[in-house]
Amino acid sequence: MTDFLETIQSRSDLIQQAFFEHIYLSFVALAIGIAIALPLGILIARHRKYAEPVIGVTAVFQTIPSLALFGFLVPLMGIGSNTALIALIIYALLPILRNTYTGLTSVDSSIIEAGRGMGMTRTQILKQIEFPLALPFIMAGIRTATVLTVGIATLATFVGAGGLGDVIYRGLQSYNNSLVLAGALPVALLAISFDLLLKWVEKKATPKGMKTQ
Amino acid sequence: MIRFDQVTKRFADGTEALKDVSLTIPTGKLTVIIGPSGCGKTTLMKMINHLEVPTSGDVLIDEQSIKDRDEVELRRSIGYVIQRIGLFPHMTIAKNAALVPTLKGWSAEKTKERVSELMNITGLDPETYLHRFPLELSGGQQQRVGVVRALAGDPNIVLMDEPFSALDPISREQLQDELRNLQQRIQKTIVFVTHDMDEALKIADHIIVLRAGKVEQTGSAHDLIHEPANDFVRNFIGQDRINRQRSFGQRKISELSSYYKQAKIGELVVSINSSEDVEKAIALLEQPQTDVLAIYTNEEFVGYIDQTSLLKAVLAKEVGASSYD
Ligand SMILES: Nc1ncnc2c1ncn2[C@@H]1O[C@H](COP(=O)(O)OP(=O)(O)OP(=O)(O)O)[C@@H](O)[C@H]1O
Ligand SMILES: [Mg+2]
Repeated sequence: MTDFLETIQSRSDLIQQAFFEHIYLSFVALAIGIAIALPLGILIARHRKYAEPVIGVTAVFQTIPSLALFGFLVPLMGIGSNTALIALIIYALLPILRNTYTGLTSVDSSIIEAGRGMGMTRTQILKQIEFPLALPFIMAGIRTATVLTVGIATLATFVGAGGLGDVIYRGLQSYNNSLVLAGALPVALLAISFDLLLKWVEKKATPKGMKTQ
Repeated sequence: MIRFDQVTKRFADGTEALKDVSLTIPTGKLTVIIGPSGCGKTTLMKMINHLEVPTSGDVLIDEQSIKDRDEVELRRSIGYVIQRIGLFPHMTIAKNAALVPTLKGWSAEKTKERVSELMNITGLDPETYLHRFPLELSGGQQQRVGVVRALAGDPNIVLMDEPFSALDPISREQLQDELRNLQQRIQKTIVFVTHDMDEALKIADHIIVLRAGKVEQTGSAHDLIHEPANDFVRNFIGQDRINRQRSFGQRKISELSSYYKQAKIGELVVSINSSEDVEKAIALLEQPQTDVLAIYTNEEFVGYIDQTSLLKAVLAKEVGASSYD
């Protein structure tokens, strides 16, 4: 235990830098992932015949083991944080895409029909009805994507993109268990705290009238 | 006036929901569309606000084809109570009810006043319910909110798809009366879909009977009862209801067959065809030269009837027995 605290102290620069790199990687990937998956989800909910192929393709990416995906990308993109970001974005896509689609398509058709019948435009229906009702689903998707991304970002070290994986890797190489722990613990803490935070947000995002269900 | 001109609707799977339907729905009247489940009532109704588009033929409002109208503007001018209620679960009753006024850009004050007025009319206390969410209301209460929402924007045409189906008989009767009153006061064109013949006969100015995508008969309640166009309409209305609605004198003598007597019960006999009505029989029996009527169906003697047997039949009707069927 004292070993561990000493390690943290002596390597605090490294750990701190890695921590911020890790957050940077996860969040940029997540932001871009949302920016792609959310509109795409809305699009395939509108044109359902494209839904299966689009979700299918993202699902295939999801099945590639993360280390292998990083491995595939290096010959194509070289090493560096862009490579890591691409890989992370690919993993973030599916949960957000699928949940956006499911959320939007599970809105009761009678509600949409009522909106149309009252003379709401498609945009009004999307903004005022479909989106609020799908929001809990979408938030759940973002939560899954966040936890996933924070975890997988640990592998960014293999393409030279830094992150807490650096700390763990160095610890492993030098048989320094304390250092490994000093890298792994923040990853776990990050994942857990984002999970809790987003769970709370998800609850807040559930429209009031829906909670009685 | 809403006019359907040879409208056919075929869905993508080949189902023909409407087959060459031509009809008119008069302005300022309450028109009821009635028919068995799946006969195309909802489809017909949805064509009026362009939620369904005819495969062929045309729907016109005041002789203007709805194809030439802006869809959104058209729908805002037509109130719509959908069959499956369809309240927005994430909005309060106040917001749900105020939807069309909000879309139309009414002032908050005017909207609120209008919504409260309609809530009171439909028997929902605004204080209690305005701030609730739909799922915090019973099915019947939700249905009333659906009616309020449809009327809130002050539309000229109101489409109501089985709006009272989830109500208990008492509230149902109450709302039917309210609707009748409201309609007589504001003279809107109301198109009302129902399964329930009693409801139709009670509230309708004009009834359209539909079967399997075809119009079987159109007319007033009186027309339907006194001159059902065919056996389908007769059966759909039900002989019981026809009897209940028709005065005794207008019944056919043949409906009194259970009161026929086989023994000749008087001296002075006059023959009459069983397809004549009871009034005619009474008139004949009143004459001093007639004691008893000999009844013939298709030239064939079927029995005798006299004043006593008619009296029995009247009494049976009065106590509600149906032995004359
Ligand atoms: N979108 C659709 N695709 C295919 N068939 C449909 C569609 N909508 C309705 N139908 C069919 O068209 C016919 C008429 O349906 P409609 O909903 O108009 O009946 P309805 O008279 O309103 O029945 P109910 O009294 O049960 O509400 C039915 O056979 C129904 O199955
Ligand atoms: Mg229907």
